[in-house]
Amino acid sequence: MAHLENLVLCRESQVSTLQSLFGERHHFSFPSIFIYGHTASGKTYVTQTLLKTLELPHVFVNCVECFTLRLLLEQILNKLNHLSSSEDACPTHITCETFNDFVRLFKQVTKAESLKDQTVYIVLDKAEYLRDMEANLLPGFLRLQELTDRNVTVILLSEIVWEKFRPNTGCFEPFVLYFPDYSIGNLQKILSHDHPPEYSADFYAAYINILLGVFYTVCRDLKELRHLAVLNFPKYCEPVVKGEASERDTRKLWRNVEPHLKKAMQTVYLREISSSQWEKIQKDDTDPGQLKGLSAYTHVELPYYSKFILIAAYLASYNPARTDKRFFLKHHGKIKKTNFLKKHEKCLRCWVSDLQRPHGAPCSAECFLSCRRTFLPTAFLELPLITSLVTLQLLTLVGHDDQLDGPKYKCTVSLDFIRAIARTVNFDIIKYLYDFL
Amino acid sequence: MATSSVSKGCFVFKPNFKKRKISVPIEDYFNKGKDESEDSKLRFETYHLIWQQMKCETQRLQEELNKNLFDSLIEFLQKSHSGFQKNSKDWGSQIKLREIPTAALVLDLKHFLQKLVSQLMDCCVDVESKEEESAQKKTHCSMDSLSSWYTNVTQKTDPKMPRKKRTSSQWQSPPVVLILKDMESFTTKVLQDFIIISSQHLHEFPLILIFGIATSPIIIHRLLPHAVSSLLCIELFQSLSCKEHLTTVLDKLLLTTQFPFKLSEKVLQILTNIFLYHDFSIQNFIKGLQLSLLEHFYSQPLSVLCCSLPEAKRRIHSLSDNQCENIRRLPSFRRYVEKQASEKQVALLTDERFLKEEAQSLLENLYVYHTNYFLVLRCLHQFTSSLPKYPLGRQIRELYCTCLEKNIWDSEEYASALQLLRMLAKDELMTILEKCFKVFKSSSEKQLGSTAKKIEELLAQFQSLDEAKEEEDTSGSHSKGLQKTDLYHLQKSLLEMKELRRTSKKQTKFEVLREKVVNFIDSLVREYLLPPDTQPLHEAVYFSAAHTLREHLNAAPRVALHTALNNPYYYLKNEALKSEEGCIPNVAPDICIAYKLHLECSRLINLVDWSEAFATVVTAAEKMDANSITSEERNEIIHARFIRAVSELELLGFIKPTKQKTDHVARLTWGGC
Repeated sequence: MAHLENLVLCRESQVSTLQSLFGERHHFSFPSIFIYGHTASGKTYVTQTLLKTLELPHVFVNCVECFTLRLLLEQILNKLNHLSSSEDACPTHITCETFNDFVRLFKQVTKAESLKDQTVYIVLDKAEYLRDMEANLLPGFLRLQELTDRNVTVILLSEIVWEKFRPNTGCFEPFVLYFPDYSIGNLQKILSHDHPPEYSADFYAAYINILLGVFYTVCRDLKELRHLAVLNFPKYCEPVVKGEASERDTRKLWRNVEPHLKKAMQTVYLREISSSQWEKIQKDDTDPGQLKGLSAYTHVELPYYSKFILIAAYLASYNPARTDKRFFLKHHGKIKKTNFLKKHEKCLRCWVSDLQRPHGAPCSAECFLSCRRTFLPTAFLELPLITSLVTLQLLTLVGHDDQLDGPKYKCTVSLDFIRAIARTVNFDIIKYLYDFL
Repeated sequence: MATSSVSKGCFVFKPNFKKRKISVPIEDYFNKGKDESEDSKLRFETYHLIWQQMKCETQRLQEELNKNLFDSLIEFLQKSHSGFQKNSKDWGSQIKLREIPTAALVLDLKHFLQKLVSQLMDCCVDVESKEEESAQKKTHCSMDSLSSWYTNVTQKTDPKMPRKKRTSSQWQSPPVVLILKDMESFTTKVLQDFIIISSQHLHEFPLILIFGIATSPIIIHRLLPHAVSSLLCIELFQSLSCKEHLTTVLDKLLLTTQFPFKLSEKVLQILTNIFLYHDFSIQNFIKGLQLSLLEHFYSQPLSVLCCSLPEAKRRIHSLSDNQCENIRRLPSFRRYVEKQASEKQVALLTDERFLKEEAQSLLENLYVYHTNYFLVLRCLHQFTSSLPKYPLGRQIRELYCTCLEKNIWDSEEYASALQLLRMLAKDELMTILEKCFKVFKSSSEKQLGSTAKKIEELLAQFQSLDEAKEEEDTSGSHSKGLQKTDLYHLQKSLLEMKELRRTSKKQTKFEVLREKVVNFIDSLVREYLLPPDTQPLHEAVYFSAAHTLREHLNAAPRVALHTALNNPYYYLKNEALKSEEGCIPNVAPDICIAYKLHLECSRLINLVDWSEAFATVVTAAEKMDANSITSEERNEIIHARFIRAVSELELLGFIKPTKQKTDHVARLTWGGC
């Protein structure tokens, strides 16, 4: 048991609850246990280490991977088959299509000598995916013990509370176990636990303390913190390696690493630059400011007409239809006509006669932007432009996909983005937006 | 082929696939009429040759342009899984390896995986020379089967195949590279799940993802939540901007004498406009170029002469009488003849041999003209590309278009550009001149007779200029005030200069020299940048049928639709349908009548009024056989015809039902605003 406590930190109460639930090997356990808690709160790790160290027969399945019923059930059965017939080198592959078959096959498999007289555990990780599968699956798993008449316990792991799972037809209520978030003390303890062998535990604990001081406000994800700790540790040891400071010289070390960590928070943590790039920077000691992050590349190149369609779509998405007249009618008075119309009237007119009008009569600029409300394919020559904008996720199709004759689109870009686009075609979009009047 | 379905829907009818063997050789398509068939084969061959050359050149170009990108990508791929190969016991590596290395270049899960599995297995079956015989069952596409397959394959290859070892010695366990083109169009859920799954299997299945992104890399953050993107280790590689790409392609394909084929101003404009305004697609641009090449060789009989100069000279000798007549009919040639002395005119028009000799020399002239043209064009571009506000355009293609269109020195932009040139500071002028010098020097060996001399003269000019400049440096520094390059200041100082000149006519040496340089450039431009249509026989190499090209590349379905409905005679060619502009021929198809009536309405159309107008028009046409049926029956028939016409219009997208007013439909096209 002491061994287990070394492996699983800060989860003593949960471990003891689970252990008492499991009982002795031959005891019947609770039919189904539902464990939930936030990301990286040790659900999977605790269950896995517990089952492994106690050497209980178990099957561990990740539901993300098993995206169909068949894959899920077959995986469980085949893994069980492996467990029961460990002496046979090559057990036959079991195929299973429905839950009904599963129950039958499960009985067969658990008949084996090695699985007799002890509880078999089936752990379903990311159980929230079960909700999207067949309706009988979740209730079926919850009362698997009853259905198969075998000593079996199903453990469901999820990040979502049990209330969101409950099917409306009712089901067997599982035993619900909550894994609370780690406190800062817990995090400190866990993170300090995996210190590198070449440095003392205290030295590493001091480092973790600094790290948590910087990152705890933004991130409590243990996995992420571990990753960051590993990534930035070489920088922390740098003075020690160079011989400029001793391991005890915490203040100096802190001053060295703190700005570095803050920079990391803005870059690596947000995945602006990759961790391999970050390591390279660390090694070469270059200024990270030189390396542009992902969001520095905001510039999008679009063909001229696409830009106009995008602008028109943006206006159409965010201006109420009744304000069209106000913005685009020449002598409406409310707005003083900008130079834009005079300057661009020619190009817009071309655009309009090309795009919107089946007849070649001259048309004014207001037509162009107000006729955008009818994005009809037959009336719209530039449909390829629109579809390309949709694939770029700048426009999205709203309404039903199957509507062939009147698709409607909505512009999904941000105001900053559309302003940048409008600036390249010398269009002052702010003056045409109802929200800015 | 009909369906009995009442509901709306899309039905696919597969055509009956008949295997017909068409044994007509491709070049036979070049025979338009019998009389023109003479050189068609030759023309097709020339087309083929030139196109092959152009294609090679573009491919080479594209490889070159993307070389950097490829190199850095390959480097990335090589280093990214070094951790996996080393199997290092480094304490941190276990955590870090959870990240899938991802390169960002700027269905549902089941299908996605299925595709992945089948493609991977396929490609490896090819490579491994069909070692893997077992046909995987389709339903068995899980990550488990993938990774077990992977270990199988890597283990198999290592001991067995020594030939493979060359690569696998450094790639002990080669990573699997998965390229996702158009990342934006993937369903986010699928992508997220896939990344989560594969990150869990990363230890046994080394995977590298390459995302192709057309917009900005922020899309990664938009598509993937932090929980997922934290599983990736993303590096960014950016490819060349497509506008730069276009410039290079134009530079290497059109602004050169390497290929005899040229485009006229309008055609070039259409192609670049399609590129810049519509699609940004180099591929389409090159397709357009190919089409114009094909069209040129197809429609212009004299395009046989569009080949390398020695070959063209040889071909002139073997021209038939018909082709000689074609030459005489060329407008550019006729103009040329008119300028000659009368005896020569007669000789040109009657003597075939004399004509052929003359044509040879004309072709030679054309070649020399092009050589000089591009050199001077590049030189002028050096001068104008750095001017404030770019009066002659920033890109060389804009300058080229203006020069193709007309005498550039007649344009206002040219005058203002020259004026700005007269304001240039000394160091700017020097750098430009040096660049020009390089342009001329780079191709001076290839020059023919007269231009070689010109370049020598030019070189001498440069030298004297440099010397003069040195002297000028010691004498005075008048030009200091002119270093600013924004337009406002330039114009202001221009005015001041004029004032100054008026009051004191004295100029510094630098100003005299600058004037000289500008005049020199001006004279070069006036001598060599003549528009191509001033050159005799230019029709042989210039493709100018912009109209055909536009029809093919930039179709206007709505215009065609409007023409069909508004003027049915245009397509139906029925004499009865011929009508005056604006009035409705009452024998026209129903839909045309309904369409014409609806054009006169405003945004909302009253169906009753419309139907009455329709009935009036239609009955006027059917007066003669009106007696045969009762008026009630006839009214019903007309009503039915009207309903049909209206629903056809609705199908075509001209009107739609509206809930704003009863008995009304809304117009979707313009006219009422």
